Amino acid sequence: MDADPENEPTYPMKNYTGDDHNRINYERSEQQPQTVEILMSNERPAITRVFGTTVPPSGLSGMIRRYAFQHSEDRYRHWIPLILADRINIVEGLIEDIKGGQLPNIIKERGLAMEWKYNRSGVLKKAAGVALTGVILFAILKRKK
Amino acid sequence: MNYRGPYRVRTVQKPMPEILHPEDAIIRVTRTCICGSDLHLYHGMVPDTRIGSTFGHEFTGIVEEVGPLVQNLKVGDQVLVPFNIACGKCNFCKQGLYGNCHESNPMATAVGGIFGYSHTAGGFDGGQAEYVRVPYADVGPTVIPAEMDPDDAVLLTDVVPTGYQAAEMGGIKQGDTVVIFGAGPIGIMAARCAWFFGPSRVIIIDHIDYRLEFAKNYAKCEAYNFKDMADPVVFLKKTTDWYGADVCIDCVGCEAEGNTLQTLSGRVMLMQAGAATAFQWAINSVKKGGIVSVVGVYGPPFNLAPIGNIVNKGITLRANQASVKRLLPKLIDHVMSGRLNPKGLITHRVPLEEVSDAYRLFSSKLDNCIKTVLIPSAKH
Repeated sequence: MDADPENEPTYPMKNYTGDDHNRINYERSEQQPQTVEILMSNERPAITRVFGTTVPPSGLSGMIRRYAFQHSEDRYRHWIPLILADRINIVEGLIEDIKGGQLPNIIKERGLAMEWKYNRSGVLKKAAGVALTGVILFAILKRKK
Repeated sequence: MNYRGPYRVRTVQKPMPEILHPEDAIIRVTRTCICGSDLHLYHGMVPDTRIGSTFGHEFTGIVEEVGPLVQNLKVGDQVLVPFNIACGKCNFCKQGLYGNCHESNPMATAVGGIFGYSHTAGGFDGGQAEYVRVPYADVGPTVIPAEMDPDDAVLLTDVVPTGYQAAEMGGIKQGDTVVIFGAGPIGIMAARCAWFFGPSRVIIIDHIDYRLEFAKNYAKCEAYNFKDMADPVVFLKKTTDWYGADVCIDCVGCEAEGNTLQTLSGRVMLMQAGAATAFQWAINSVKKGGIVSVVGVYGPPFNLAPIGNIVNKGITLRANQASVKRLLPKLIDHVMSGRLNPKGLITHRVPLEEVSDAYRLFSSKLDNCIKTVLIPSAKH
């Protein structure tokens, strides 16, 4: 009785049609064939009609990701393992590079030439800070011995 | 472009993308941008960002191949591709929520598919490449009007719609004071678009002087450096007659500066989904009964935010990924009629092969960088 059609907080983003009440019973596209392992949110009944196929889970990071996807997006047990897997994946990437006979050019990959070109004083300050910290740590360790 | 870990990207040759679904298209990329939100991936802030992924959700290109069910595109069409992947058929797409498609991302329910934005957003390779697979090609990709500058077109894939929707969600009324946190490309565009809704003041807050200067000139707004203030919330209260802004817009997201606790817990220790400093300031700077609009990107788990103040002040909180497809007709009209000049944001053009330099340039805010466009060199 008191429903106000003008009181639509999602307007104009959403053109309310009432379709929400049909839930997931809408017309769908054809299903993309699954050719690689896809980890799926357990908050879904089935895989979506399309999905990305890049970098399927593999190795130790893949095992951790599979564990993460046993838990819903609500749980830390989902997200924290994914963050951990991302960090392990960095090491796996380095190993993969070396196994492939390629030593990663970290300086180039990090674009440090740009930093040197446009922020030389910042780079020098940072380097001086790191050097100073190293010297202090070395001195402390030496004194303890 | 190939992600190798936080702050490390390089170019590699990957296999040519293939049609994997009858509604797919393969696009040969002509222009692609680095978005401020790509930096969250680059900095390792987004969970399930896998080594070997290709980023990039802002791109234009030429249709190279189409799947058998694609009807609206043909080989050779020049298209701009919205950053969100949308089926056009689910309830959310049907109601205009193209950024919330339910059939493009099996890996999460909270976000629809996005090109090149981690497996949390669907595991799609992105457009910082020579070629890219574009699903649901009849829905998102839009043929670029012949008279449109391609530099304007590429910015219609994300920056302009996101900036516009940020202002639109603010529900700005005639005479309002609008405060925008963040003078990156999205914040600057939000400030520019805010004027379409008739406010009396548009204020932008950041801590980088060259960006504030750029925003002041580009968006004709007031610009203030929060590092020059003892407390930005008190400053904003004072400048609005101790009332609070009518509308506050968070265009910063998870890598905000300005609050030590937020920075330490969100950016250094990753104990929350980034630093919610701008969001906190938005809530605390808006008037009672005001509107806070959020387009800044935050990670999925959770953030420290003053929820009590949202309740006690009766704030309306509005947020979403931009619904690019819904907004495109209006925004193309604004661009073609000269009311918007998206390409004015572009400060750097870099060959795709130098992507690692381009990311560093943008990430470290070097050489007064506002917006970087990558140009794939192959066959162009």
